Amino acid sequence: MNIYVNFLIISVFLINLIMLSSSRIRACIKLMALQGVLVALTPFIIPHSVATGVVIISVINIILKGMVFPWLLLRALQDANIRKEVEPVGGYPFSLLIGVAFLVMSFWLDSRLAYSIQVFSNLAVPVAFATFFTGVFIIVSRTKALTQVIGYLILENGIYFFGSILLSEQPLLVELAVLLDVFVAVFVMGIAIFHINREFDHIETNKLSELKDWIEPQEDI
Amino acid sequence: MIAILLITVPFFSGIISFYTRNDILRRGLLIACACFHLGLSCVSWFWHPQGFLSEWFTFDSISKVFLAITSMLFWGASLYGTQYLADESRHNKEGASDKKFFSREAVFSGCLLIFLATMTMVIASRQLALLWVGVEATTLASAPLIYFHRTRRSLEAMWKYLLICSVGIAIALLGILFLAVADNNQSGMLLSGLLTNAASVNVMWLKAAFLLLFVGYGTKMGLAPLHTWLPDAHSEAPSVVSALLSGALLNCAFLGIIRIYQICIAAGLREFCQEIFVFFGLLSVLFAAVFILRQRDYKRMLAYSSVEHMGIMALGLGLGGWGAFGSFVNMFGHSLTKAGLFLVAGNILSCFKTKKTSDVRGLLSQTTWRTGVLWVVGFLLITGMPPSAIFLGKFMILKEMIFQGRYWMVVLFLGALALIFIGMARIFISMTQGHPVEVDKKRIFREDNSFFRWAIPTLFFILAICLGVYFPEWLMTFMEVIMKRLGA
Amino acid sequence: MSMKIAQFILILMVSPFLFGVINRTKAFFAGRKGAPLFQLYYDIVKLLRKGAVYSFSTTWVFIAGPMVSLSAIIVASLIIPFAGHPSIISFDGDIILFFYLLGLARFFTCLAALDTGSSFEGMGASREVQFAVFAEPALFVSLAALARLTGKSSLAGIFGSPQIHSWVSYGPLLCLAIAALFILFLAENSRIPVDDPNTHLELTMIHEVMVLDHGGVDFAYILYGAAIKFWILGALLTGIIFKVSPYGWGVDTIIFILLMVLLAVIVGVVESTLARLRLLKVPHFLIVALSLSFVAFIISLR
Repeated sequence: MNIYVNFLIISVFLINLIMLSSSRIRACIKLMALQGVLVALTPFIIPHSVATGVVIISVINIILKGMVFPWLLLRALQDANIRKEVEPVGGYPFSLLIGVAFLVMSFWLDSRLAYSIQVFSNLAVPVAFATFFTGVFIIVSRTKALTQVIGYLILENGIYFFGSILLSEQPLLVELAVLLDVFVAVFVMGIAIFHINREFDHIETNKLSELKDWIEPQEDI
Repeated sequence: MIAILLITVPFFSGIISFYTRNDILRRGLLIACACFHLGLSCVSWFWHPQGFLSEWFTFDSISKVFLAITSMLFWGASLYGTQYLADESRHNKEGASDKKFFSREAVFSGCLLIFLATMTMVIASRQLALLWVGVEATTLASAPLIYFHRTRRSLEAMWKYLLICSVGIAIALLGILFLAVADNNQSGMLLSGLLTNAASVNVMWLKAAFLLLFVGYGTKMGLAPLHTWLPDAHSEAPSVVSALLSGALLNCAFLGIIRIYQICIAAGLREFCQEIFVFFGLLSVLFAAVFILRQRDYKRMLAYSSVEHMGIMALGLGLGGWGAFGSFVNMFGHSLTKAGLFLVAGNILSCFKTKKTSDVRGLLSQTTWRTGVLWVVGFLLITGMPPSAIFLGKFMILKEMIFQGRYWMVVLFLGALALIFIGMARIFISMTQGHPVEVDKKRIFREDNSFFRWAIPTLFFILAICLGVYFPEWLMTFMEVIMKRLGA
Repeated sequence: MSMKIAQFILILMVSPFLFGVINRTKAFFAGRKGAPLFQLYYDIVKLLRKGAVYSFSTTWVFIAGPMVSLSAIIVASLIIPFAGHPSIISFDGDIILFFYLLGLARFFTCLAALDTGSSFEGMGASREVQFAVFAEPALFVSLAALARLTGKSSLAGIFGSPQIHSWVSYGPLLCLAIAALFILFLAENSRIPVDDPNTHLELTMIHEVMVLDHGGVDFAYILYGAAIKFWILGALLTGIIFKVSPYGWGVDTIIFILLMVLLAVIVGVVESTLARLRLLKVPHFLIVALSLSFVAFIISLR
């Protein structure tokens, strides 16, 4: 099954690159959902036996990341009534090259780590790290709040990918609790975006700069 | 068993609180739950039966200390809070346009109770992944609380808080996974298992895990340079929430760091961790010193003071020996004093209706003397005047620094503390002198002298002074157990 | 040796046929009958019989340009392996010679365009060079990825190694390399979505504007050079897919030529279905190719 494993891993990484270079938020949401589903499918492709707990978690993961999160975010997108993202610092091609630079950095990091367990593919951990860095970069370089939430979910995808590569058994309840946490986080963030849009008429976070250290605070509560 | 009760009862009370329409009933539920929590916490100090899920949720000596502080603070804050909510509903009647499914106060009470439940979950967790779940849950539960007043600034503060803390905590999740890899997933992330397996742990992965967890939980704790959300969130939140955030939540994040520190000590990485603690602790104190000097918003100044004290706590832990002891004493003092100060700040805000320090004058005058006295006492306590527990904590940390011969650090530390004292003195004293400036004839600055509004801060300050003057014998032996656990 | 000479002559003979295939495919999509399949042969023969007019403002560079670029491309075609067998020139490191021969051809075309002294051709030359800044490194890195994968540094060695054909182990890398090479193939041959070969709008021309002033024999050289360049870059792509069959040299040749015709059909389909990108977006497109080839290279390092 080695060929499918490597194809899956490279697709996860290519989705990162597409999201870094795309300005269309709808496409980013759907791609992030696809990436989450691919990551959730990893335990089935690793060549060893799969426990029932892992199956349940994977199914819940697929439902959450493939259906629930995109639905929440698309609704938030509709409420906020925007289509495209503002051009990030340096432009989209620069972001794309930064994504490739993250892959290089991840490979370097991976070479510094020593593994005591057998990893099924030597591409897997670097791609997990690269996804993690891509998520952080999207949060940092984009201004629309919705894209920052997408970046957070990409971050979570990368972390989950790392977890599913290296750790096969976790107690079922703990995994469920972690998933529940992420779900509530996205839910609260969606509500926050709704409020931001209603209050400010835009969701660009670089314009949220009223709170500073050396200006006058407001008069009334 | 007790731990499970302490988590689930507030959680379900919170859910019920969302759906309760009657204001009086809801406030009663809040107070009842707080009293229940306090009572059960006191009981848990002496009696801990094994029961359902005890493997995951139980209290050891370190967590008992944290539980006591959190419980105490929540109880005081809930009493103050009911008065606060009553005033709010009297002054701002919700208009027809605000009709939502859950009223603002219901969201407030519900989220407050869930916040207590999640904090208890962090304190009681012996399973590190569940501790992580608790820390993330505290972020999510406290975010709506910051937005209580529904202003633009509080919305901005809430968004920054939510995003920065969530990203930090996601980094901590990666750290937890690294920890599991270091341990080869043998002990199922249980603290006891990790401590016994510590000798066979892969040191490189453990170091990386420590760094990631330090960054993650350090963001939540407010260590510089990860503290950028703290001044915004703590100044824009309502005073009750600020008191709890500064007094209880930052401690919970500190507990998360302490847990991983325990594992590192057992694995022999103590010097590595201590250097990091010392560096970031000093950095936080210096940052706070610089930013406090020209503050124009008194709640923001209090928030930076929280950053400073978190830095002192990290610094003390990093020094070891008497420093670790001083760090814990500082924690007691800081939680009580800062919570009291934020509650007094809430009084000032509801009286003067402004957060500007330049607009608040004459707190010690006739009409607002209670608030003024409390404000001055709080100032003296928080900057480390001798009867305060904070003085004791800082003194022990200084002692340890001198023992270890780190004289340049003594100079830096004292210099920063002096700057902070100067900055805070300027603000506090200018607020208490003179006469109240009336902006228009309609607003008369009469303070709200309902009982809980001044009694709770007074209680907190008295407790802080007591701890500074007299350390009871049983508490001393308790602390010795904790110090032994932290290898000090 | 005689087989290699026969292969070389086959390349020279068959390459103009591919352009006819592309035009026929486009005509099919447009609902037309289209030009005859051998139209380019007729065009070249017609042009060879014509005279040329040279302006007073041009120098020997203008006359030399088409000649040098055609010679460079023909020499490059001596390096490309045909149907999996090495060609006449084949030594370790001939990738770099191949690469620089293509560069030389492009250089002299641009020089000849600048030599006319017209700002219009200069604009075309500057656009061409701007795209070359992204396209050439991408091509180099893709070939480097393949070289690293197979461990050989000659084109014949790369396309003859077994690793190229083991899709099971190296599937992702080969797919990435093919994707990057296809984008570069379209870019280097001035096809849609990089450049429209049929455009008559002056502002949208890139490659045609450089060769606008050439006529007669020079233009014949240019058209023929473009056809051979199409073949040799296409041979890089089909070389990855083609596998030497056990049926002998004749069958190999026929299969290879059929694959090249298939590639021409695909290019025709792409040209019919896509629109040309805005000029500002073309560097972005090429950076996509650059990223894909970088990723292929990084994977090949493992």
